[in-house]
Amino acid sequence: MSKQSLEDLKSLEDRLRELERPDTPEWTRARDALAKRADAAELVDVAFERHDSPLGSLVLGATAKGLVRVGLPVEGEDAVLDELAERISPRVLCASRESVTRARHQLDEYFAGRLRCFEVPLDWQLTVGFRREVLRATARIPYGQTASYREVATRAGSPAAFRAAGSALATNPLPIVVPCHRVLPASGGIGDYRGGAEAKARLLDLERAT
Amino acid sequence: MAGRRVLRKMSAQAGSGLPPFERVVALHGPALLRFCAAQVGRERADDCFQETMLAALGAYDGVRDPGAIRGWLFAIAFRKAIDVHRARARAPESVEDFEALADGAGPAHRDRALWARVRALPEKQRQAVALRYLADLSHKEIGEIMNTTDAAARRNVFEGLARLRADLTQAPRRPSD
Repeated sequence: MSKQSLEDLKSLEDRLRELERPDTPEWTRARDALAKRADAAELVDVAFERHDSPLGSLVLGATAKGLVRVGLPVEGEDAVLDELAERISPRVLCASRESVTRARHQLDEYFAGRLRCFEVPLDWQLTVGFRREVLRATARIPYGQTASYREVATRAGSPAAFRAAGSALATNPLPIVVPCHRVLPASGGIGDYRGGAEAKARLLDLERAT
Repeated sequence: MAGRRVLRKMSAQAGSGLPPFERVVALHGPALLRFCAAQVGRERADDCFQETMLAALGAYDGVRDPGAIRGWLFAIAFRKAIDVHRARARAPESVEDFEALADGAGPAHRDRALWARVRALPEKQRQAVALRYLADLSHKEIGEIMNTTDAAARRNVFEGLARLRADLTQAPRRPSD
């Protein structure tokens, strides 16, 4: 093959590789239509959406039962989606779902200081046993108030298990909605938070201000 | 405990080591959409794309090798495209595509001449060329999908390329690029 025809072949191959790449609107349209059809066919086990908040972009995941996961910005979207795939089902798709739409609306209201109590169906499957009891007790701490790890452990039925309560809170799959930021160390200070101490302080400030 | 029972039931497909399907869509979706367009024409590409993705999502639990997802996905698309062809008698495709372009579908920078020639290739060559360059698969993968040997896959790609070069050299409307 001559040098010229080799170059022709090379450029033909390159042109083929570049051929007909869908542009963004075309791709978005196809992708959105797919999400709707997949969800209507009940092929999506976990639907998720991204939601912009004052803390950054949240990932909100829901099963058919309700909201199952609130991913905080520091966790990283990829890690949150990997966790959902690994622990619930790999059929995770960005799709709109009523529980997520409601949660998004309520989060906006919460961050605007107009909402004190979330009313969204929750799926607790990412937490079990004592950890789930701790989180259920945490969910009952009123807006603007705080509790210590020991108090929460007591309300969950095991006053001595305050360390276990700490790890339950550290792995809360539904932060903000289940307000683990309202649990503070008895010794003072702000304590740990899945979303980082800064985010925790910000949520507490918001609740104090309103 | 009721909670544990539910967890076990819901976890039937968990722990598979498969990536979230969303990542499959983001990673391979755009290439899949253009592969469908090359096989069935732009008008029916969306449908072919969605049928493929829905079938893939439905069968996703059965995937054993996360490293082979791309080939698996295009194998489904390949079969869906053949279904579309069987379901509808083929119209002269290049006419359809030039009309679509005249209506303003697709950005102007697209390589119209080459696209029309790819669409006009004999079926096996078109399939092999699209699997090689639009889907970026190996000759081995192409052979598996088309149910031929590697050598036959290689030959189909080569013959398709040779024909495209000949067509483009003779074509009066070859772009100057």
